[in-house]
Amino acid sequence: MNKELRRKKRYQAEKRFQVYGIIAISLAIFFVGILVTKIFSDGTSAFSRTMIKTEIKLDADLLGITDINNKDEVENADYYTLIYDEFTKSIPFSNDEEEKQIITLLSPDYEYEAKDFFLKNKNQLGKTVTILLTASDDFDQLHKGNFPRDIPEDRRRLSNFQLQIYDQLVKENKVTKVFNNYLFTKGDSRDPELAGFGGAIIGSFFTILICLIISFPIALMAAVYLEEFAPKNRITELIEININNLAAVPSIVYGLFALGILLNVLELPRSTALVGGIALSLMTLPRIIIPARASLKAVPPSIREGALAVGASKVQAVFHHVVPLAMPGTLSGTIIGLAQALGETAPLLLIGMVAFVVEIPGSPLDPSSSLPVQVYLWSESAERGFVEKTSATIMMLLGFLIVMNSLAVYARQKFEKKWN
Amino acid sequence: MNLVLILFIIIFSFALFFFSKSRIQFYAKNNHQFKLKALPKFYAYYLSLWCALPALGILILWNIFEPNIVKYLIISKIESNNLSSLSSDQLNLIFQRVKAYYAGNFTGELTNEIKEGAEQYKRFLSLASSAKVTLFFLSIVIFTAIALKKVASNIHAREGVEKIIKVILFTSSAAAVFTTFGIIFSLLFESIRFFTTINFFDFIFGTSWSPQKAFISDTSVELTAAQLKELNEAFGAIPLFAGTAFIALIAMCVAVPIGLFSGIYFAEYANRNVRRFGKPIIEILAGVPTVVYGFFAALTVGPFFRILGESIGLDVSSESALAAGLVMGVMIIPFVSSLTDDVINAVPQSLRDGSYAVGATKSETIKKVVFPAALPGIIGSILLAVSRAIGETMIVVMAAGLAANLTINPLDSTTTVTTQIVMILVGDQEFTSAKTQAAFALGLTLFTVTLALNFIALRVVKKYREQYE
Repeated sequence: MNKELRRKKRYQAEKRFQVYGIIAISLAIFFVGILVTKIFSDGTSAFSRTMIKTEIKLDADLLGITDINNKDEVENADYYTLIYDEFTKSIPFSNDEEEKQIITLLSPDYEYEAKDFFLKNKNQLGKTVTILLTASDDFDQLHKGNFPRDIPEDRRRLSNFQLQIYDQLVKENKVTKVFNNYLFTKGDSRDPELAGFGGAIIGSFFTILICLIISFPIALMAAVYLEEFAPKNRITELIEININNLAAVPSIVYGLFALGILLNVLELPRSTALVGGIALSLMTLPRIIIPARASLKAVPPSIREGALAVGASKVQAVFHHVVPLAMPGTLSGTIIGLAQALGETAPLLLIGMVAFVVEIPGSPLDPSSSLPVQVYLWSESAERGFVEKTSATIMMLLGFLIVMNSLAVYARQKFEKKWN
Repeated sequence: MNLVLILFIIIFSFALFFFSKSRIQFYAKNNHQFKLKALPKFYAYYLSLWCALPALGILILWNIFEPNIVKYLIISKIESNNLSSLSSDQLNLIFQRVKAYYAGNFTGELTNEIKEGAEQYKRFLSLASSAKVTLFFLSIVIFTAIALKKVASNIHAREGVEKIIKVILFTSSAAAVFTTFGIIFSLLFESIRFFTTINFFDFIFGTSWSPQKAFISDTSVELTAAQLKELNEAFGAIPLFAGTAFIALIAMCVAVPIGLFSGIYFAEYANRNVRRFGKPIIEILAGVPTVVYGFFAALTVGPFFRILGESIGLDVSSESALAAGLVMGVMIIPFVSSLTDDVINAVPQSLRDGSYAVGATKSETIKKVVFPAALPGIIGSILLAVSRAIGETMIVVMAAGLAANLTINPLDSTTTVTTQIVMILVGDQEFTSAKTQAAFALGLTLFTVTLALNFIALRVVKKYREQYE
């Protein structure tokens, strides 16, 4: 009986142990689930933009245009007054305060939107047209349902009067959502509805490009040397230990290095993708060398021996036969290393890539931001509109990472030879 | 200028390559008693490499050192012109002004000194650039001439080329060593300046951290004893070390059990399908950028804990150590899990078989045989995970606090070494201020600690692997 009991206990312990494992895995998967759902549920609304439909008479006098063919006049016409007058006219108000509240429902860029519209529809001068204007951040958030209406007026960013206007506009079917192209084409802005990660994507692109140009050739050559040519001596050992340790140095230390050496001693320009790329390339170097060495090692010695046997030199055997065979593994390691570099933030913070950059960078020497830095910057902003923008940026970033990682897996599976 | 030179050397060496190749082919064809010792292309490679590489090397070195040499020349000139002796920082300032005036964006009082300096700056720059171009072309001519002579005397061209290639390969692999030296140099340089004002032991053992006090002066100016004392008391790093260790501890409390158990399950129990789908899903956690975790910790987990705490009457800071530590732990799970998986897979099957043979259940085998055998490897991987946690930056910058409190309450806010580095260095920096230098001293500490942890961990893992090979 006692034996029976003990066996039962032991089997129970066995079950429990398995259950712990299952719980651990489910917990980990649960965390992945929460993270992804949270980001997606917050971020999807950023891909649409709330617009207010307004009837506007393109009054030549208001615009100050006498001759429609005069380019200069059209360019410098008073679109600001046009929209201001026409938009406030469309909604009844009783005092100056209310007038101000009406115009702040529109995003501050309305004059440029009106200009773009007019430049496309010059023949409509003098006629009444319907124009779509971007709504302000608060209005946008209200329409997307992210804005609690039932709190007292003084704690709300929209007044009762503005809420009334909103209800009225909705009833008249004048509020619509369109695809938010600003998100992809614009740089940073203080106004969430006008902010986009276009500049950040270009900045990230330049940074990763610099990182690739520097780290890939050096890493490949280093791997080839260590795996194929290096004599077994102290120097080689030192280099190997160094590479292994560098792979585990915290990324922020590379930022300090870039600040101390690249910016202060070499006086490279601050906040640029060039410096960011160099800092990240040093970080990526060991992360490419290690998989490159592994795939060089995986090429069987018979390949080298075959080449040597028909009279090739060592260098020829390596570069004509071994390296091409190790390329798929090296490339997939490179892509994974670059994906890590793409998500890296800390070193970029230290070299000043946190600057507020409105302009979209045109070269690696322009001040720029990058996708993860944009996430950091926007997450520090107070406006509700930036929360969805941050999540959308994260979605974009994760999208790039998924594409890069799948590419790496594909490259490996498709082109890598299996040696048995 | 540099771009033109680089472009020139590329085009020139390519042209040289094709030209010499066809010349040699032509020559070998017409002179039958002349026997080539290598394929014609190797002679061509030999020539063009010798023409391009030294010139490129000179160009790179020149560009690295030119600004500093010019600066040194200008500053020594100013120094010799000045009767009153100036400190190095003042000289630096004058040099910056001279440069700004030269670039045409100088605002402020224009002195004779600056005008003269700019004049000289211009002269030095034009001198330097003409010297650079001369040297560049001289090196091309000389090295090409030497190479030509060697080719003419019919050397073993392929061996020559291969020697060059090997040197290039070696230099690339030495880049890792240069990087390490660069990191150590940059950290040490500022740290030593920091420790000349701040006592080393005050930094390591001091219990109050308030770098904003360092605004009182820059360290190049003589300080009174009282000021020095105050400065020394402002940089006690114990609260930062404690905060870092505390958050890392919370992270490990999350990551070690979950990572360990999932690693064991994957290695010992999971069937192929669970491995095939479960592992990649958990690996996603490793691929997510840390800034995303930071965002998640700051905007979701932190407020969630605060609301939860409020509902049961606890005072929870919205930047609690708990939130940062928890999220960091989630980040580290796949790290621990996959390392454990590897380590356990490396335990020889014979050990398990022996255990089963005497009647142990699977879990008993794991607990009593496999786990002890794998323990060194597991400890090594946990050490690696700890070093990750200590060096992690974005999560703590976004989710942990800024104020340095010495606390062991996980619901309180606390700060870490990496947070302080970022806080000090983001924005404008004064490199003469003790505050900025303190960031480098913190960086040095961080670097040393993580290096030591990695070194130990890698050794332990390596030893363990050897044991079963």
